[in-house]
Amino acid sequence: MLRASIEVALGDLRLGIDLQVDDGEVVALLGPNGAGKTTVLRVVAGLRAIDDGRIELDGTVLDEPATATFVPTSQRPIGLVFQDYLLFPRLSALDNVAFGLRCRGATRADARAEASRWLERFDLAALAAVRPRNLSGGQAQRVALARTLATDPRLLLLDEPLAALDAGTRLRVRTELRRHLATFGGARLLVTHDPVDALVLADRLVILEDGHVTQSGTPALVAARPRSRYVAHLIGINLLHGTAIGDRTVRLDTGAELTVADPLPGPDVAVALRPQAIALHRLKPEGSPRNTWAATVDDLEADRDRVRVALVGPVTATAEITPAAVAELDLAAGTPVWATVKAVDLTAYER
Amino acid sequence: MSTARKRAGQRRAPWLIVPLAALAVAYVAVPFAALLQGAPWNDMGELVGQPIVTDALRLSMLTAFAATGISLVVGVPLAWVLARLRFPGRSATRALITLPMVLPPVVGGAALLFAFGRRGLLGAPVYDSTGFLLPFSAWGVVAANTFVAMPFLVLTVESGLRAADQRFEDAAATLGASRWAIFWRVTVPHAAPSIVAGSVLCWARALGEFGATVTFAGNLQGRTQTMPLAVFLALESDRDAAIALSLLLIAVSLAVLVPLRDRWLTA
Repeated sequence: MLRASIEVALGDLRLGIDLQVDDGEVVALLGPNGAGKTTVLRVVAGLRAIDDGRIELDGTVLDEPATATFVPTSQRPIGLVFQDYLLFPRLSALDNVAFGLRCRGATRADARAEASRWLERFDLAALAAVRPRNLSGGQAQRVALARTLATDPRLLLLDEPLAALDAGTRLRVRTELRRHLATFGGARLLVTHDPVDALVLADRLVILEDGHVTQSGTPALVAARPRSRYVAHLIGINLLHGTAIGDRTVRLDTGAELTVADPLPGPDVAVALRPQAIALHRLKPEGSPRNTWAATVDDLEADRDRVRVALVGPVTATAEITPAAVAELDLAAGTPVWATVKAVDLTAYER
Repeated sequence: MSTARKRAGQRRAPWLIVPLAALAVAYVAVPFAALLQGAPWNDMGELVGQPIVTDALRLSMLTAFAATGISLVVGVPLAWVLARLRFPGRSATRALITLPMVLPPVVGGAALLFAFGRRGLLGAPVYDSTGFLLPFSAWGVVAANTFVAMPFLVLTVESGLRAADQRFEDAAATLGASRWAIFWRVTVPHAAPSIVAGSVLCWARALGEFGATVTFAGNLQGRTQTMPLAVFLALESDRDAAIALSLLLIAVSLAVLVPLRDRWLTA
């Protein structure tokens, strides 16, 4: 179990976070570029010292400036898979995996035998003699993971594990990675800026913005209750800020009013609105939805079998509809539309 | 019209650039051509077989390789220190190490005498207690060669280490490698091209060393007379032998450099 309280100055950015990762748990540290995600991994691995705080793994203190404790990287039972894998270019896949075992005093023959078993486990036996530059992105990632796990770490760190892959292989490798991560029993902490990676791979999300944790929880909880614009945009949810006027009506900063189904929790609220919950019409609809407003299509963006429609007007939001609906409504940038949302599809929570 | 169109497709040199470049090539080529033209090809075998030539060749080879070896043993660690450690006086250290490159070699030889000569700063106590004298011996040649040639290795390896991606060393550390293991198993292999390039420059410089050698080690056939010294001496007395020695020196240099260039110095 990793328990870390990290304070580091990074130029203008002050990184200050508390983090816990239990054995068997996969935690994803999610945040925009420059939020300090990779630095968290580097200090946990001991590649950089913290300025203040304490890093502790399974009860052993690894870094604590107050007591002048610092365990060097090579002596921490922590594996780190780097974003671009950093396989040693002059060594074969087999010798890359054997490297850590050799460093632990194994003879060359023993290290190679053990490394072969790891390659087999990762379906890489046929590539044992191949140099890293001749491996595909997915294969290189598996070699890097095997190389790290071969050292028997108690904590596994992964830095942007899928960022170096092209879109085509990403989906397959993500599924593989999920399967391989499941075979490792220790604590796992991964860093990513891609919400899908985080949602697929992690049991728990920790959102890092500007050096601070803005939210943490299960993917479902974070998706349902995004607490910042970044999270809302990330998970594809519209987040609207406003004030309560009456116990079921919110006045947005733009002046528009939305009706929600449940009593509002406080005076300052955020309203989460899933893009799929917004219906679009060419004529003003009359029906059950409590919220109807006139909007203008700003932009259309195809995303697989859905189209995301950016709307401007009293409520700035993104709607997600099918390509067939786009064709039927004859939508294009500048088209005036009516948007409706049922009160039950709005989730309001305190800011 | 069509030639103009053809020319427009490729890069065109500004006026005067190509003639000046040709002049530079000619300037280097003409002396070699003159050397080849003046060579006594019929007597070459006999000239090259003379003791004065074989002695000089043997000594030059041994001392150039010895100087390169010494430079590797202490120069690679120095390059690492300059590239990786931050310490006060780092720039001053680098400037000091570069000094023999820019100094007239004769001055270097004189400085070596003041340090290691019979009455030198370090030479005197060593001579008084052991009777060992560095100047005017083959070891003196090695010392002069090392002094002049090592900077080429240090600076080349340092820039190679700076260009290397240090994150590979981080990766090795996370896999449990000690600092010593990281140096040997990651840093040195990654810097190998620059180490080879630096060694070649160092060796070539040592092979051609003249000024510091003649000042510090003298010009004794069989003991301190290297190829360049023999060439200089032969020019006074036996021009054919001088040409033969020069051609031999060129041949030896090419024999060492060409295979290395294909293997390491390109790509």
